[in-house]
This record gives sequence, structure tokens and C-alpha cells, in this order.
Amino acid sequence: MRAVIRIAAWLYAIAIYGFTFLPVVVLVLFSLQATSFPIPPFTGPSLRWYQAVLSDTRLTSALVNSLLVAVLSSLASVTLGFLSAWGFARFVLPGSALLRGLITLPLTVSYLIIGMGLLVLFNWAGVPKSLLAAGIGHVVINLPLCFAIIYSQMGDHQINIERAARDLGAAEWKVLLMITVPVMAPAIFAGFFLSMTFSWDEFVISFLLTRFETTLPVEIWNLLRSGLNPKTNAVGSLVFAISIVLVVFFELTLLRRKPA
Amino acid sequence: MSAPLVDIRNVSHRFGQLSVLKNVSLAIEPGSYTILLGPSGSGKTTLLSILGGFVTPSEGKVFIRGEDCTSVPPAKRPTTTVFQDYALFPHMSVGGNVGFGLRMQGVDGATRTAKAREALALVGLAAAFDKKPHQLSGGQRQRVALARALVIEPAVLLLDEPLGALDLKLRRQMQDELKAIQKRVGTAFVHVTHDQEEAMALADHCVVMNDGRIEDEGPPERVYARPKTRFSATFMGESTILAGTVTEAKNGIVTVSTSAGPISLPGAAPAGAGVALAIRPEHLVLGDAKGDVALGTAKVGDVVFQGSFKRVLAASTRDPASQFIAKAPASATVQPGDTIAVSCNAQDIILLVD
Repeated sequence: MRAVIRIAAWLYAIAIYGFTFLPVVVLVLFSLQATSFPIPPFTGPSLRWYQAVLSDTRLTSALVNSLLVAVLSSLASVTLGFLSAWGFARFVLPGSALLRGLITLPLTVSYLIIGMGLLVLFNWAGVPKSLLAAGIGHVVINLPLCFAIIYSQMGDHQINIERAARDLGAAEWKVLLMITVPVMAPAIFAGFFLSMTFSWDEFVISFLLTRFETTLPVEIWNLLRSGLNPKTNAVGSLVFAISIVLVVFFELTLLRRKPA
Repeated sequence: MSAPLVDIRNVSHRFGQLSVLKNVSLAIEPGSYTILLGPSGSGKTTLLSILGGFVTPSEGKVFIRGEDCTSVPPAKRPTTTVFQDYALFPHMSVGGNVGFGLRMQGVDGATRTAKAREALALVGLAAAFDKKPHQLSGGQRQRVALARALVIEPAVLLLDEPLGALDLKLRRQMQDELKAIQKRVGTAFVHVTHDQEEAMALADHCVVMNDGRIEDEGPPERVYARPKTRFSATFMGESTILAGTVTEAKNGIVTVSTSAGPISLPGAAPAGAGVALAIRPEHLVLGDAKGDVALGTAKVGDVVFQGSFKRVLAASTRDPASQFIAKAPASATVQPGDTIAVSCNAQDIILLVD
């Protein structure tokens, strides 16, 4: 009886991990295909499709665009998120709970709605479709996230630390830069890397708000319109690899360091 | 006559509707060790925050070295605070923590390091310069906080229940060290506590606070021996309190009618005034070795052995609501349930006019 349960547990584990990871494994496996179609039988391994991706200037410039948008929009999100978290945590504001709710509200709104709203707004304001517009869109979705992460880590025990710094003669901006930011560093890095991850593979907003220069997910979508080939697998594997790196950084910064 | 180092004049403070300080005036002398003693909610911490600049009082003024500092922010006033939770900067080394104030003053790195090392040596932590705060014990962190606050040579050092987070043994040890350090640096210390033993051990000037007011202030010996109010007689050490009315007053002797009978003692109060008589536990005499004032007999309720003495609680036979708190020798054979005679000497009775 016990053996049956053990076997069932193993089968369940295999099923659930297979369900989650098999598509990724297949994607990566057929990116190493030597022939022109990403379907069995496997003919590789070969790096010819990676070579094709890296010599395709449309894809490589989209990759650079994506990284640029991800880094800059995440920096903006984390800076604004940190400042608003600090403001909410340290000052008594009228309607504080309501305002905090409003600032995190975009987390619950679909990217499609945010993208369409920004599209209409930018149209009206005369902001052309561009990487900048997409970057602003990413700040809209990532700022609430950064705010929520940083605000949750900003406890009362840091209030006295900031007071002590002020007491010892530090001006307010020095308190922020020399005390609050370093003390909050794990949460700030976590917010940054999570924003990077989300910006990096975000499609809908980028698709709606960019035109000629675009980000990698939109470029991959363009590529897919002409049908599957191992090149799409190769570029997908690259995206996946970079996401993994970002998530690992996120885990290392937020989850490893607990305040003593 | 030089002006006091700190002069708090008629300070009142309210948090919303709640009045936490009511017209408090206090002078602090240079080089003194002042203790603000009181139960929680007495306003002692608020008074310290007002001194440190973290709270601006609703009314009144604070002068430090003759300058009006009432609404000067903490960074700009010559005070530093040692916080109850130490508030060390966790991302900086101990040396970085201690040198922080000097860094804010624009002192160069080499001088900063030298002075920080000196301050750490003063608190006996010279070896900890390169450690991080989380590698230190509670007592050591406390010392780092002290060194950090002292290194910038404040006019007044403020300590907010600095020993509150330490265990009893460490507490008594740090208490001795605090006093020694204060004597060595000569800075005025203002120290908030609710521990009366700590207050008696450390203070040059003891300020007893209750309900937003200063009940009593002076040298701890005086505050203990001759408390000015009923509150300070019971908060700064224990007392037996007998309430009564003055029946006769002449030639510096008053006679008070109490539940334990009429008692005559030296003092001055108008006839008919309601008074309280306070007697310290060590002044109550139990049994036949009589003092000159008899207080009747009492039924012993509880005897607690405390090592060097026994603490005896006994209810007066004549008025069971009135409790005697006495200190008997460790060798005393008194048992709960015994009925014993209680007496004292007239000059040991403290007369408190309500």
C-alpha cells in the first residue's frame, strides 16, 4: 500500500513538473536542431540557429532595445517606488490608506487596458509611438510592484536609525542616501530585478506603444507570423536564459539576506 | 552665577487631545547626571524627545547654553541621543557608525578614524572597530551607541531607557560603567528610566515625574529620605502610607490623627489639614524592640525572603485596609498569620501635606 502511494506521489511530481517544464525543454532542445523545422526527429545538436539569430540585426537591435527599456524603466520604477514607499512610511498623509491602495491598483488592471489607455493618452498628448512610450508603460506596471515590495520591508525599526543619523547632523538627503537606501538595499534590488524580468518579456504594452524600433517580444511575434522555425526557438531560449538570470538575482537579493 | 546648561521653561505638550506634559520647568547643570524617573505615561520620554529636538513642545521654551533651541532640528542642536534600541547603522562597521557624526561635520578620514578609535576605547570596545553591529552582543551594541553619541562632543547626552533591553546582571554592570564614563568625559547626561534603583545609583539630580508633571527633584538621597509628595514616596522606593488629619500644631510638633492612632512628629502643617505620613520599610520596627511611636499591632500577611532581608507585609489590626511594608532582618522568625507590634521613631516619619 505504502509503495503504491509512493509511486503515485512520484507520478504526480513527474506530471506537474513535466507539464510546467516540458514546453521549455522542447523549445530549448529544438533550438539546437540542425535542420529547418523544429519538429521531431531531433537532428542536432547544432548552433546554426543561434548564429542566425545573432547575425539578424533586427533581432539583435530588438534585444538591445529590450535591455535598454528594461534597465531604464526599472530604474525609474524602483526610484519612484522607493520615494513613495518612504513618504508613506515616514509621514502622516491625509487619506494615506486610500492613496496607498490607489498606487498599487495598477497591479490588478490588465496590461491590455493599461496599454490601450496609454495609447489613447499619448495620442491625445502628441507623444509618438516609441521605445520611450513603451518604457513609460513599463514604469506604470512596475512602479506599484516596486512600491509594494519596498513598502512591505520598510518597518518601524528603521525609523530610529534614520533619527539617529539626523541627530548626528545628517541633512535629509544624506539620511536617504547614506542610511535608508543601504538599509533597504535588499528590497530595492529585489524590486529592480523583478521589474527587469517583467519588462523584459512584456508584450502587449510594447506592441501597442512602439512602431519602428521595437522590443524583443514584439520582434519575436513578427518572426512567428511567418511560421515556426528553429530560429524562433533559439531566440526564445535566449530570452528564457536572461529571465532565469534576473530571477536568480531577485531570489538572491530578497530571499537570502534577512535583517539580523 | 552662570546660567544652567539646559533651561526648560514652562513646557507643555499635547498629542491631540492628550496632555502629556503640563507646565514643566527644569534646569540641568553642566557635568551633571540627571535622571528622569517615572512610570510609563508620565511624560519623561516626551520631555527627552523635546530636549533632543524630535518633538516641538506645544508651549514653552527650551534653552541650551543660553540659546533658544525650542524648534531647532536635532541635526543642528548640541545634543545627541542614545536610543533604546541603539539604532546602529546595520550596513556600516562599528568604526563607521562611531565616525558618522564626524563625517557629517566634514571631518577628514584620518582624524575621524583616530577619534572613533578613541571613543571606542573609552567604552572598552577598542577591538570592535572593524566589526559589524550584528556581530556584537546587546551590551556591546549599547556601548557602540554611546561612543557614537559621545564622539561629537555634545553639550548634553540624552539616554532613552538605555539599559532597558539588557538582562539584570548586565544592567547593573553597564550602570556602573555609564557613571564612570560620565565622570570621565564630564558631559551632562540626561537619562530616562522607570527603574528607581537605576535612578538612585546613577543620578546627581533625580527628577521624579508623574502624569506630565515633575513631582519632586533633587539629589537622590534627599528625594529618598524626604520625598516631597506621596507619589515620589511610593515610586522612589516603597513606603507605608498613613492618611490622617492634623489635630494640633505647635512648637514645630504636629499631631496627626490616623487609623493607627494619634501620632506626634516634628513638622509644620495647619490644624485641620489632610496629610499623609510615609514611613520607609527599613524604619518600621516589628515586635518588642520599640520605637518611640507605637503604631498598634498588625497581622502578617506575607513574608518574602530577599537574601539580605525579609520583606514583610502586614495589615493593621485596627484598620485592616492599611498595609504596613517593613524590612525585617533575614534572621527574623516572623511568620504569615502572626500578630505583631509595629512601631517607629518620630524623626523617621515623612510628613506629606496633600
